[in-house]
Amino acid sequence: MAIVPNPHKTTGFLGWIDDRFPLTKIWKDHISEYYAPKNFNWWYTYGSLALLVLVNQLLTGIWLTMHYKPDEAAAFDSIEYIMRDVPWGNILRYLHSTGASAFFIVVYLHMFRGLIYGSSRKPRELVWLFGCLIYLVLMAEAFCGYVLPWGNMSYWGAQVIINLFGTVPYIGQTLVETIQGDYTPADATLNRLFALHVVALPIVLLGLVVAHLMALHEVGSNNPDGIEIKKHKDPKTGIPLDGIPFHPYYTVKDIVGVAAFLFVFFIVVFFVPDGGGYFLEKPNFTPANPLSTPDHITPAWYFGAFYAMLRAVPAFFNTQIWGVIVMFGAVLLLFFLPWLDRSPVKSIRYRGPYFKIAVTLFAVSFVVLNWLGMQPTTTLYTLLAQIGTFIYYAFFLAMPWYTSIDSTKPVPDRVTE
Amino acid sequence: MKRLTLLALCLLAGPALAATEPPYSFKPDTTNTSSLQRGARDFMNYCSGCHSLKYLRYNRLGKDLEIPDDLLKQHLMFTSEKPGDHILSSMPAASKDPTAPSASETWFGRSPPDLSLTARERGADWVYSYLMTFYLDPTRPTGVNNLVLPGASMPHVLGQLQGYQKLIVDPPGEPAPHGGHKPKFELVQAGSLSPEDYKAAVADLTNFLVYAAEPGRNGRMALGAGVLAFVVLFGIFAYLLKVEYWKDVH
Amino acid sequence: MSKEGVDVGRRRFLTLTTSVVGAVGAGFAAVPFIASLPPSERAKALGAPVTIDISKMEPGQQVVAVWRRQPVWVIRRTPAMLASLDKVVGQLADPESEVPQQPDYARGAARAIKPEYMVLKGICTHLGCSPKFRPEFPAPEIAADWQGGFFCPCHGSRFDLSGRVYKGVPAPTNLPVPPHRYADDRTLVIGEDQPEGVA
Repeated sequence: MAIVPNPHKTTGFLGWIDDRFPLTKIWKDHISEYYAPKNFNWWYTYGSLALLVLVNQLLTGIWLTMHYKPDEAAAFDSIEYIMRDVPWGNILRYLHSTGASAFFIVVYLHMFRGLIYGSSRKPRELVWLFGCLIYLVLMAEAFCGYVLPWGNMSYWGAQVIINLFGTVPYIGQTLVETIQGDYTPADATLNRLFALHVVALPIVLLGLVVAHLMALHEVGSNNPDGIEIKKHKDPKTGIPLDGIPFHPYYTVKDIVGVAAFLFVFFIVVFFVPDGGGYFLEKPNFTPANPLSTPDHITPAWYFGAFYAMLRAVPAFFNTQIWGVIVMFGAVLLLFFLPWLDRSPVKSIRYRGPYFKIAVTLFAVSFVVLNWLGMQPTTTLYTLLAQIGTFIYYAFFLAMPWYTSIDSTKPVPDRVTE
Repeated sequence: MKRLTLLALCLLAGPALAATEPPYSFKPDTTNTSSLQRGARDFMNYCSGCHSLKYLRYNRLGKDLEIPDDLLKQHLMFTSEKPGDHILSSMPAASKDPTAPSASETWFGRSPPDLSLTARERGADWVYSYLMTFYLDPTRPTGVNNLVLPGASMPHVLGQLQGYQKLIVDPPGEPAPHGGHKPKFELVQAGSLSPEDYKAAVADLTNFLVYAAEPGRNGRMALGAGVLAFVVLFGIFAYLLKVEYWKDVH
Repeated sequence: MSKEGVDVGRRRFLTLTTSVVGAVGAGFAAVPFIASLPPSERAKALGAPVTIDISKMEPGQQVVAVWRRQPVWVIRRTPAMLASLDKVVGQLADPESEVPQQPDYARGAARAIKPEYMVLKGICTHLGCSPKFRPEFPAPEIAADWQGGFFCPCHGSRFDLSGRVYKGVPAPTNLPVPPHRYADDRTLVIGEDQPEGVA
């Protein structure tokens, strides 16, 4: 029976595969003949770094699961078992805990790149939406993972976050008990969060990452000038004039980014894995104690801004639900970015002062909010958090107005160096 | 005398509440093997009667502190024959049922906690300060109180080494690293060690507990140096490769 | 983008060296993962040597100890039992214990450090059942000229009083002798080798 030879005309073992599976097609479409703009700067390395950290979390996570015990009575002990009795277990643990924090640092920088260069704008709205979903799932994954050591911060963090669902009118308490599987966070809670963290959420995350990359490659990458390189193609080859193949140019450049990242990453893993008490929090070095709350309950550092917003909103009409709505709303606002931005230009390079001030205010307020979320409540801090929340919301809600009245500079036809 | 002490306590209440932050800072050194050995010896002799180190095995302790098996068995293994065992205490553990306290909870009010992770949970400053700030307090059943853990159920186990000290309120001491003032004490009953020797002994014990909280600490830092060197080497090659290919791109 | 003036040689060299360094790095990175798989300190502690007091054993008695979750038999053999070892040699598959189922210090007919005490892992070398101690004889249902030994009820394998396997049975090799040593005359330590030069 004759097989139609594959269009890439590969032969041998590779040819046998290509006749039956689009291997060379995938290699060409997404790597060796995927034409990316030649003017990427170092803001563009965070996407591949996020992929690297994802692989790190998957591998070290699988290995930790070989030794971890998701049982209320055994979980905390199993972490110390990994740290002391499993050969190299301490390194595997630190790779995973540092990787979790690294994931958020990399993802926040990756998102900020999208913000300043207009990567969420048409035709890349779907890339951005998949990215926002990845961010949501990542936060859920991190929350579930943090509970697993069943230290005192794990327990009380779970208590506080799951109780947010108790603010829903009428069904709140039932919702909390359904999520927990018990009257307080207990063995049932630990087991199901383990199932989510190890199985369900990684599968969803992987699917979303694949969708994110497929959506990107369908329309092509943005660039620091925010111009569409597909507008000017070579008439003979159809290749964008300002495009260069991802492999070898960006594979080779991203590897340098990887080396720089690993240098900083390994400094933390091997020398300061506690991260000054932010990556591995002190109260989590003692087992979960339902009768004793830590002096300073803090969420993981990467949730700081949202936690600050939650606390900043007063409990009008004796319910905390407004804070919950504001907190979730802050994440949901991200999804609307492509349609809130009404500027005719994409990149901050060609925008006027309004947008530049707005982005600076937004970035500063996010960082300050994040810091505030880790502090104990005082009147001053609550006021600052309220101001920060206002700035955060205003950045998005006022965007249709200030982006349409903002001045712009003329956008070049071809990319600049 | 009692009223004066109470007054002193009240006056100190302000800075003392801030000084449940440890008043002293201590930089641990887990590379000093002889300090760790002395700390291990003192822990076994003075602490292990009540406090376990249930995540640490004797053989790990022997290997990391360079203590041969026979000396380990002779001087450090009181509750077990097998070097692979965990370092447990004969003190009854805390009861899981709050309505039925264990024997230790009945004797002391609370069960002496396991100390495996205390240095990571509280920090080296806290451990050092805790052992340095026991002072006489006739209102307590043990006759002593502690500045870092007010109302501690623990007696001053190291009292025979340090002696017993009184807390001086006025004038206050120098500023403390975490806020408030350093306490001032007066030794009213001498122990078998001079104040300098006692400080050294507490330093050894603190170093030992920092080690016990993470025995792999020295190893990971040594490994890290090599890993970073390798990453730099790789980074140099990667950079040269990048520059070479990017000559194509103008 | 131009490809003129490309120094292909330099490119190849840099690609090769970077790839080699990268591959070495990947090798280093694999170490924690692979090296974390062998038995942990907990497994080693649970599998630590087991000490038995043999001073109270009766002649002909079998004591069953547990080491690494498997049965280890200690049999105090009578002089008659020891004498019978030569009688069955013709019926054995490996009378000289040539297959290394025992440490070097446990070779010969007695397969023991002290011939009076036989130390054997009680796991049949066929499919892993635990054979029964059958010292009494005659026992024609086991073998025609049974002098005492071990009989595995699962598939009928037979071993003599030194754990040596009979010919014509499913089990292929003699019963394993675990590492063991004598701390003193009354103390047997199962799981540690006898140091050289000590009887």
